[in-house]
Amino acid sequence: MHELHDQIWTSLPNLFSTMTAVRNPYSISPVLTTSGPFSDEEFAPSPDVITALADMSILVIGAGGLGCEILKNLALSGFKKIHVIDMDTIDISNLNRQFLFRPSDVGKPKSEVAAEFINRRVAGVHVTPHFGKIQDFDNDFYMQFTLVVCGLDSIEARRWINATLVGLVGDSPETLKPLIDGGTEGFKGQSRVILPTITSCYECSLDMLTPQTTFPMCTIANTPRLPEHCIEWASVLEWPKHFDRKADNDDVEDVTWIFEQARARAEQFGIEGVTYQLTQGVIKNIIPAIASTNAIIAASSCNEAFKVATTCVPFLNNYMMYSGNNSVYTYTFQHQKRPDCPVCGVQVLRLAVPKSTTLENLIERLKENPATKVKNPSLRTASKSLYMASPKELEEMTRGNLVKLVGELVGEEEVTVTDEALPFSLRLVVDVE
Amino acid sequence: MLKIWSMKEKQAAEGGSAKKKVTAAQLRVQKDLSELSLPSTMKTHFPSAEDIMNFELTVRPDEGFYQGGEFRFSFYVNPNFPHEPPKVKCLQKVYHPNIDLEGNVCLNILREDWKPVLSLNAVMIGLQYLFLEPNASDPLNKDAAHQMTANREEFKRNVKHSMAGGSVAGERFDCVLIK
Ligand SMILES: [Zn+2]
Repeated sequence: MHELHDQIWTSLPNLFSTMTAVRNPYSISPVLTTSGPFSDEEFAPSPDVITALADMSILVIGAGGLGCEILKNLALSGFKKIHVIDMDTIDISNLNRQFLFRPSDVGKPKSEVAAEFINRRVAGVHVTPHFGKIQDFDNDFYMQFTLVVCGLDSIEARRWINATLVGLVGDSPETLKPLIDGGTEGFKGQSRVILPTITSCYECSLDMLTPQTTFPMCTIANTPRLPEHCIEWASVLEWPKHFDRKADNDDVEDVTWIFEQARARAEQFGIEGVTYQLTQGVIKNIIPAIASTNAIIAASSCNEAFKVATTCVPFLNNYMMYSGNNSVYTYTFQHQKRPDCPVCGVQVLRLAVPKSTTLENLIERLKENPATKVKNPSLRTASKSLYMASPKELEEMTRGNLVKLVGELVGEEEVTVTDEALPFSLRLVVDVE
Repeated sequence: MLKIWSMKEKQAAEGGSAKKKVTAAQLRVQKDLSELSLPSTMKTHFPSAEDIMNFELTVRPDEGFYQGGEFRFSFYVNPNFPHEPPKVKCLQKVYHPNIDLEGNVCLNILREDWKPVLSLNAVMIGLQYLFLEPNASDPLNKDAAHQMTANREEFKRNVKHSMAGGSVAGERFDCVLIK
């Protein structure tokens, strides 16, 4: 079977090189050089738009199931300067849908192999790979892009990039980087256009996410009925009894241990269906990836990226839900920005203070400031509790800071202020004079 | 892109600076902590004031089977909070229908009924409620749960005995009495 795949794959490049001779490489030009009934009023059709598209730096986050589709789509729709970040290496189980990878690529970084493939196959396109975590790159890195397209399966990573792009928004218009976020879960998916600080952001919609499937602790402990109950029993209750460390969900030995415990318990209760694969699925909370869902969501996301980048036609405002569970169903709506969103609902306040200002003085100034109306604020930086008004124990631990100088306490960091009077919190930038 | 940039200009320009970032989970924990309103029966304890994602809670029930005891829980809030609930464990070995010998706690809002709108305060109140009203129909310690429904007086004696550091059914428990 693998040999057959190899044969097909190796013969494909030849097939394509004969096809490129007949395809019109400017298939996007009718859309960008002429206007139509759907064109935006402000759209000025011109060959310059094609050049602008080719000059625009676009960042793709994730080179997995969605990422492969996104990279291919962007490369075929006029984007020429593409960067891609991914922290993973290729696993054999990826090959059925992550079509930029071949059996000989197993073990190599996804970003690098994907970039090489596109660069080789699509003339004129240059994809720059970045092998690593998105958190390892600083604001200057993200500032170089005009647009970001996300094809991630991690909520944590999405929240991080969302907050980062909201945080980048400054005085100049170029600091606003539209984020197009695609996501799939089995037969369901969504794509959305986020204009940081203007539209609803990823954090605004956190409560719309499907909660993780979890079972009551006592069911797992006493009355298992499903194979999943046995697996959770083994990983949540049994593992900590035998090991002092956390189980490594990617380690074959650890997963095997959990699988064997779960299988024994399943036998005891007459439950069928505990397999190694299911064990891995349950402990990693994997929802099977469906290639067609990825293709649909990536197509929609890249269509939006194209529209946002060129303004040739109005883009999605701002959320498209897709479900292929029972039939094909899509629903488009405007997700509302949450005024109390911890990320985009946050006011920014800039305060210039003299060098002699203590933390207590700063808090007084905040209380007097008519724009904030805070009563009993708590202040923290990313790494330090400056003053926590509650709970009592933290108040006692941080009270000593009140007499210290703000300049020495805060340094270069931004201060987050929470208070009952604030919808969520306040970002405080202190300039010590 | 011009269109978006013009939308941006209609907004009041906010001077966001690019420095070390607070995560959304940290923000939410700061918010939850600064709005805690705990009864005098509960106290928090922070090993480090700087790390608000790891702390302890002590519960001193003022009525019910567990009156006179002090129960300690560890809270660990991970970066997926509030999509995921905080991880809570009982730090002592206690005889309780809803707490097993390893300190796992059976409380619905810590697992299957968790929602991002729930706060740390709600979890803490939920933990206290377990001591006021143990729930024998959701057992993690089956012996204790069985005893509670079969023989309430015996259960009461077992709780008293275990809280003083005694053994119940061959299992030795931690002394949790307030000194
Ligand atoms: Zn938001």
